[in-house]
Amino acid sequence: MADTPQAVEVNCETGEVTTRDLTADEIAAQAVAAQAAADQKAAADAEAAKVAADKAAAQAKLAALGLTADEIAALSK
Amino acid sequence: MANPTFTLIASNTVGSGGVASVTFSSIPATYTDLMLKGSARNNSTYPFGYVQFNGSSSNFQRINLDNNGGTPASYSASDNLLFATTQSVTTANTFNSFDVYIPNYTSSNYKSFSVDSVTENNDATAAILDILGANLWSNTSAITSVSFYPSSSNFAQYSTFSLYGISNS
Repeated sequence: MADTPQAVEVNCETGEVTTRDLTADEIAAQAVAAQAAADQKAAADAEAAKVAADKAAAQAKLAALGLTADEIAALSK
Repeated sequence: MANPTFTLIASNTVGSGGVASVTFSSIPATYTDLMLKGSARNNSTYPFGYVQFNGSSSNFQRINLDNNGGTPASYSASDNLLFATTQSVTTANTFNSFDVYIPNYTSSNYKSFSVDSVTENNDATAAILDILGANLWSNTSAITSVSFYPSSSNFAQYSTFSLYGISNS
């Protein structure tokens, strides 16, 4: 792999394919994107964890009220 | 469309070592709509792909419905994040599948477009991230180039990107 990230450009009029090094600005933009992706992934994971925790808590409360596991499962079908 | 046609304008398959971006430039203005179809992998932790129109990352907005490892969620944001790719923790050599539809890409109005991307982890639900997106680029210029780049690292070798033109006559 090349040390500097590469960019590929396909010219749709000529069909010519060129490969070049990323510019400093493009590398900086990729770093910003990486941070944004990390933030988005963290938010998505946190949402998924909250949903799972809320579901487990709700099931526990229903069980405490006397519902069977089958009855609890039926509520989400 | 009275007599629609679906024409491959250009395609690229990523070579050895991967690439940090793929651009289709000098897109002819002779079609009605554009469609991009791709299959991509990104060997990093964060599995996102971004888009640029005419070299710009600005004035993008999106509303997404996601499947994150079996948990649905919805998001909205003002950025150019577009799709999810398979990532380093997914089964080796699996790729995502995505398509982007851009109607009326030469319009002098803002451009709405849509994306549907699904990832693959050999039937496991972990590390799956599917994104269905409604997107807007608030720019009045005709779209003459489209670029994709991953959130970090490179698109892996054998990732493919194809640009199609749809005509109504």
